[in-house]
Amino acid sequence: MEFFFQQLINALQLGSFYALIAIGYSMVYGVLLLFNFAHGDVFMVGAYIGFFVSSALLGLNIFGALALPLSVTLSLVLVLTLIISMALNSIVGMLVERIGYRPLRDAPRASAAITGLMIGIILETGNLAILGPQRRSFPELIQSATINIAGVSFTNKKILIVFISILLTLALHQFVRHTKWGMAMRAMAYDYVVVPLMGISTNKIALMTFALGSALAAAAGILYGVAYPVLDPNMGILFGWKAFVAAILGGRGSILGAGLAGFLLGFIEIFVATIFPSTMRNLIAFGIILIILTFRPHGFFGEPFSAQLRL
Amino acid sequence: MSRKLFALLIFASLMLGACGGAATPTIRIGINAPLTGDIPKVGEGTKFSAEMWLEENGGTITVGGTEYPVELVIEDNESKGESAAAVNTKLITQDEVHVIVGPQSSKQAVPAGGVANDQKTPMISPWSTNPNTTLDRPWVFRTPFLDPFQGPVVANFVTDEFGFTKAGVLYDVASDYPKGLAEFFKSGWEDIHGPDSVVAFESFTTGDADFSAQLTNIMNAGAEFIFTPQYYNEVALIVQQAHELGFEGPIVGSDSWGSAETVELCGEDCYGLFFSTHYAAEGATGATKAFIDKYNENYGYVPDDVGALTWDALNIVKQAIQDCGEITGDLEADRLCIRDAMANIEEFPGITGNMTFTEEGDPIKCAVIVRISEEGLFTFYKQVCP
Repeated sequence: MEFFFQQLINALQLGSFYALIAIGYSMVYGVLLLFNFAHGDVFMVGAYIGFFVSSALLGLNIFGALALPLSVTLSLVLVLTLIISMALNSIVGMLVERIGYRPLRDAPRASAAITGLMIGIILETGNLAILGPQRRSFPELIQSATINIAGVSFTNKKILIVFISILLTLALHQFVRHTKWGMAMRAMAYDYVVVPLMGISTNKIALMTFALGSALAAAAGILYGVAYPVLDPNMGILFGWKAFVAAILGGRGSILGAGLAGFLLGFIEIFVATIFPSTMRNLIAFGIILIILTFRPHGFFGEPFSAQLRL
Repeated sequence: MSRKLFALLIFASLMLGACGGAATPTIRIGINAPLTGDIPKVGEGTKFSAEMWLEENGGTITVGGTEYPVELVIEDNESKGESAAAVNTKLITQDEVHVIVGPQSSKQAVPAGGVANDQKTPMISPWSTNPNTTLDRPWVFRTPFLDPFQGPVVANFVTDEFGFTKAGVLYDVASDYPKGLAEFFKSGWEDIHGPDSVVAFESFTTGDADFSAQLTNIMNAGAEFIFTPQYYNEVALIVQQAHELGFEGPIVGSDSWGSAETVELCGEDCYGLFFSTHYAAEGATGATKAFIDKYNENYGYVPDDVGALTWDALNIVKQAIQDCGEITGDLEADRLCIRDAMANIEEFPGITGNMTFTEEGDPIKCAVIVRISEEGLFTFYKQVCP
């Protein structure tokens, strides 16, 4: 039983990252009918921005000289890092949209998807060229404390990671459901052609969608740095692909769906490794997903017809 | 371009080519290194060591009274097997190198060794410990000990040092080196403690960052320690996650831990841990110390085992070229001559210890057990000889 709960906590942590990244994929697909394949690398950029922001706040590494005069507590650094990095990364997301996708708004979808792959490669190799190939060690933003309850061992980090990701998912859901901007997004997802006739700027909504998705990706990147403090320029590829699978599993354009599917993917991966030999982990995990999609090709919360999109 | 002019140009270039052939030929040494990708620190160590070696030799090798200029062709294999094979093809056919040093890790050295052997170009891998790199490949050599030796060394060390009987193993199933070594360790451990004494044999695939499921399995199986033959980037994550999950036993590693970056990424979590390797920088003497001091002076950090082994590999190449007697400029003949000379080296006093070469082109040499000290230094703990 302890063993089960231990794995459950492991799964919740892993699922948190998939959920936050999957939402970005799902929103863009819902609003613009576009697979933003650069999203995994936007997540990577977010993690690096988080690395530099937190290093600057703590006066570490290259920022030794500019150490802030006030001595800030670790928790404040974490909050500031999250806010600043999310803001900066949403600018990165908007640039991706403005430079990469807007010129192709009316081009075939395949062209846009290929553009996404290329932007991803540019971000990876650009990072490699500018920062070099060596790994970065993410600063410790949470004083790690191991808590042991009835034989189940977990750190305060894990709790915080799961908590923040659920909080951000729900906040975004509320935003889309209950604000005017959110309504505009849903309208655009509902009918791409009629929306401009109602006086809504599709360009602005597209930018906002990318900004929101990238902000969540930055949050995922920082939490990733907290949990797995080794950053490298290719870290977004595998995570991005897995999160993309979660987005499809959740159903096109569904925020809560993508969030839940992200957690589900985390559970599948962890429990497959628990029950079966870990050598077969990806084979079995993605086999299960293939079977789910065979029976629910539109994912859990997706609708068969494009006019019935939900956000 | 008129046909006449074109013919003239061809003639002129032929003439130039003929003239070039008459001068002393340049010895070209290809370096196939992971400058980017998963283990860039290994690539950096290779490159620095090779450049330092070239400088030390004044850019030349003297063979039988003739001084030949030496040129290094350093290429990046992105830490990928297929890229390493492509780099070897490029070095052999396009850059026309006489001999190749590298690739470093077995994941790249095994496929790249096949290319070198097929195209009849001598290759020496400084760091690859997997048997398949040189197996049935007369053109491929190496400088480190082999994993069938290293696996039991670690198993014996843990048995003697801690008296444990239950082992847990975590390794990357998609990479030749960790997979091979994990299996050699397993058989070595089971030879001592009987079947099923490896209570958990867990794996992941390259690129994974979350090992919590496997580590929880290992702990649940009651393993007293974890053996993880991984590269430095994964070592940091594995050790930290194991500690966060409440694992208190030792975590033991292999020569892939010996990078200058292991401690930098892992921090205090790695202090007090042991791993097997080729040499220990702390307390080195003689030529080894001279190498370490020079490297530290040039590049500002203590070289890891890759740097030292690359140095040895290049010196073996140098000796083979000198034993060969003459570099004629006929690439095929020169390559054959260097290969034969290299195969005839029986003993070599390297900075990573004395090597005696077997028929396969593999050295027999001692391994060192290193402890990561409380200051984060790799300190000599024990030497284990075959």
